[in-house]
Amino acid sequence: MNRGVSWFNVTMLILGFVFLYAPIALLILFSFNAGKLVSVWSGFSTKWYGELLYNEQILQAAWVSLKIASINATAATILGTLTAFALNRFGRFRGRTLFTGMATAPLVMPDVITGLATLLLFVGIGWARGMSTITIAHITFSLAFVAVIVRARIASLDMSLEEAAMDLGARPLKTFIVIVVPLLAPALVSGWLLAFTLSLDDLVIASFVAGPGASTLPMVVFSKVRLGVSPEINALGTIIVLVVTICIVIAATVFQRQERRRAIDDQMAQRG
Amino acid sequence: MNSKSSSAPAAAPATNAITSPYIRIENVTKRFGSFVAVDNVSLDIQRNEFFALLGASGCGKSTLLRMLAGLETPTEGRILIDGQDMTHVPPYERPVNMMFQSYALFPHMTVADNVAFGLKQDRMPADQIKRRVAEMLELVQLERFATRKPHQLSGGQRQRVALARSLAKHPKLLLLDEPLAALDKKLREQTQFELMNIQEEIGITFIVVTHDQEEAMTLATRIAVMNNGVILQIGSPTEVYEFPGNRFVADFLGSINLFEGVVESIDGPLVVKTEAGPMMELEARGEVSAGQKVAVAVRPEKIAIGKERPSQSMNACHGQVVEIAYQGSVSIYRVKLDGGYMARVNAQNETRSARRVIDWDDEVWLSWEREAGVLLVDEA
Amino acid sequence: MKNGRFGISGRTLAVAAPYLWLLVFFLAPFAIVLKLSFAEPLIAQPPYSAVFEWTGGLLPRFTGNFENYAFLLSDDLYINAYLNSIQIALFSTLLCLAIGYPMAYGIARAPGAWRNALLMLVILPFWTSFLIRVYAWIGILKNNGILNNVLIGLGIIDEPLDILHNHFSVYLGIVYSYLPFMILPLYANLARMDESLLEAAADLGCRPWKTFVSVTLPLSLPGIVAGSMLVFIPAVGEFVIPELLGGPDTLMIGKILWNEFFQNRDWPVASAVAIAMLVLLVIPIVIFQHYQGKEAGDVK
Ligand SMILES: Nc1ncnc2c1ncn2[C@@H]1O[C@H](COP(=O)(O)OP(=O)(O)O)[C@@H](O)[C@H]1O
Ligand SMILES: [Mg+2]
Repeated sequence: MNRGVSWFNVTMLILGFVFLYAPIALLILFSFNAGKLVSVWSGFSTKWYGELLYNEQILQAAWVSLKIASINATAATILGTLTAFALNRFGRFRGRTLFTGMATAPLVMPDVITGLATLLLFVGIGWARGMSTITIAHITFSLAFVAVIVRARIASLDMSLEEAAMDLGARPLKTFIVIVVPLLAPALVSGWLLAFTLSLDDLVIASFVAGPGASTLPMVVFSKVRLGVSPEINALGTIIVLVVTICIVIAATVFQRQERRRAIDDQMAQRG
Repeated sequence: MNSKSSSAPAAAPATNAITSPYIRIENVTKRFGSFVAVDNVSLDIQRNEFFALLGASGCGKSTLLRMLAGLETPTEGRILIDGQDMTHVPPYERPVNMMFQSYALFPHMTVADNVAFGLKQDRMPADQIKRRVAEMLELVQLERFATRKPHQLSGGQRQRVALARSLAKHPKLLLLDEPLAALDKKLREQTQFELMNIQEEIGITFIVVTHDQEEAMTLATRIAVMNNGVILQIGSPTEVYEFPGNRFVADFLGSINLFEGVVESIDGPLVVKTEAGPMMELEARGEVSAGQKVAVAVRPEKIAIGKERPSQSMNACHGQVVEIAYQGSVSIYRVKLDGGYMARVNAQNETRSARRVIDWDDEVWLSWEREAGVLLVDEA
Repeated sequence: MKNGRFGISGRTLAVAAPYLWLLVFFLAPFAIVLKLSFAEPLIAQPPYSAVFEWTGGLLPRFTGNFENYAFLLSDDLYINAYLNSIQIALFSTLLCLAIGYPMAYGIARAPGAWRNALLMLVILPFWTSFLIRVYAWIGILKNNGILNNVLIGLGIIDEPLDILHNHFSVYLGIVYSYLPFMILPLYANLARMDESLLEAAADLGCRPWKTFVSVTLPLSLPGIVAGSMLVFIPAVGEFVIPELLGGPDTLMIGKILWNEFFQNRDWPVASAVAIAMLVLLVIPIVIFQHYQGKEAGDVK
């Protein structure tokens, strides 16, 4: 219905998107600045990308972050999916209310609290700090985000599909693997990707629970940013924006192609 | 008794099947919290029957069916299939298959894979599976669609895939939950006959759940009418229609006129004095005593409507036409009787004439045979 | 299904794994924070005193104290930071709502082909680095930053504006970073809304603005609450934005907690600050969970 969209809405949309994207556009623009200042244009250059490639510290931290992010995403997807099933499919069980609380609070809990609390636990039980502690802390909040995505998908699944599988002789575990997992696949993929980016993006929690040895990419970026702006960071930001945009555009294209195929199939079905 | 007897599909009803039914539902109750969905139901179903559970939406039909499939566990009572207690056997170990109301076709599998799914769970050799799938698709005339996905099929085709899938394992018992509800009227009628043919061809027991009385009467050899979790009457389609045992059944199957009254005489034909005035006479069935409060039920199509006063004194009422609904083959009259009761009469339109003999506001007489009335003794 | 031997153990296992994980790594830490908030800082490893002492009896003796809390109450710094955080989070939330609602509404009512593209534009920044997006603002708002350079270049101002390292830049940063969190739940709600309701209202003689106020707005309340909580709660404890965009007088509890921990190494006071913040956030978190549960198809 276009009647509902007024000039006011259109203006707000345009201004809103300018607000959201202008800083990113400027960030990208000044990553190609020849000078050291990120606010005065002094000619085109890609030298900051070159510097970035030779910055051992950043490369090292990026590698650490990628490792943590992928382990985190995988574990969080598994645990988040189990959480989603427990909450949406297992009816009432003892301690369900507490479970629901623990599975939703991390979505909004301020990072400083989570970070401090998790660190105190590791200190309390004498767990050596490092990559493992960062990963555990990340899994804990990521699983809550995965659970939200998977729950939405489960809620839209027809439960009689599972019943039909069991009726035809498939045991519960087989039903889960052969019927449920394939149907949940889109949610599992987006859950994994979300958990991956959340982990890559986290500064505060990682700062608390990281030992002296392990530094993630955001931690290194933060320490650099605190010292002042530098075009190298602009270059890094540009690369991140580029990678994310490419991933999202690919995902969207695949999704849209599927939709279109579906639409054609439906027409086919109409004709019989 | 040999409970492990072969499940040869075409086995004729054994003589001992009369004494020990194929399916026995014993005092089964199902509660969801404090809500009673199925209330102390006992029911026997014979081998090769086409049995229908009929009732309004929410009366507990599906719940009863799902307990037979093993998808719900009875709160109380037992379910026996072929002499074996199945009450706590999980669905994947029962010789029973179900066709779901939503069809529940696996969207990520082809038609052939859907049909083969149950067979694969039994670890049937691949070549046999292939043969069986082909056989089943032929049965439902979908050979050409084996490689399609469910969403590439029309509603009617999906319905057939669901049927083929649930029959593929040659279950001893097939459960069908509102199998035709999602089809449009024309297709539904056509499919009803196909379903009957298939049941005859493969000769296994079918239990169908439906809220559509016409469907139940067309398909089934016996019908159980349910309301609020309770089975009110079991019988052949003719029995439940012609001789309803209580007000609910009478009203649920088609429409009916109910005249409240008191038994006047039980010598000879039963005579009831109705509240509206006229005396009604009917064949006695069951025991009643003079002075008992009862109701006389008369189907609208059994009533004759005319302007002349009929010769009989019993089963004749005078009134005024309030409404006429022309429906093609029949016309439905609503007649306000002198006592205030609003009666319904269905009259066959036998001649083709633009002019009606009976018109709005006409004074008319309604009358019927003594055999047409049914005595109902349950409380209103 | 429910009775199969396998079913029971499988289900129990499926619940137990995430349940235990959250108990150990999410809930237990809060108990430790609470305990520590009663301890005294020590120059040791770990840097705090014991709160419970085993004296041989059945129960340990409580040897902690409330001094950390008394300290928080006695120092204006903490009280101001606390109030300041609430104020900044509250106004940022309202600003997000004021900007986000028309945007979400516009997207939800946009023609089908546009809708996905616009939604994608909202989500995209959310997937890119938060830290780097905040950093981008420093280059824009600095004294010799892009904005000041442009304004001076155009002759609109002579002196650079002081727009970094104060309340203004913190508001800007929070609204900028959290806007997608407001738009997404609002969009989900508005897109689901039955359009025939609006048509019915119009049919009954309601003018568009009146329809919006009496039909659309009340029906979108769950979206408003969910979005507002998603902005308000994390914003109260925000650290990165006040640290990078705020000035010395931009006191927020997230930053205070960080400083107590990393600079003063006073873990007990940091814990007390965390507990004080949690007390403030309990009610919003419960409200959020209520609406979140509804959206996620909770069995009631
Ligand atoms: N899992 C369940 N939990 C609670 N109530 C249920 C459940 N399944 C069915 N019911 C209730 O039991 C009653 C009977 O349901 P059902 O057997 O599906 O009816 P029918 O198939 O006759 O329409 C309904 O009122 C329904 O709300
Ligand atoms: Mg039903």
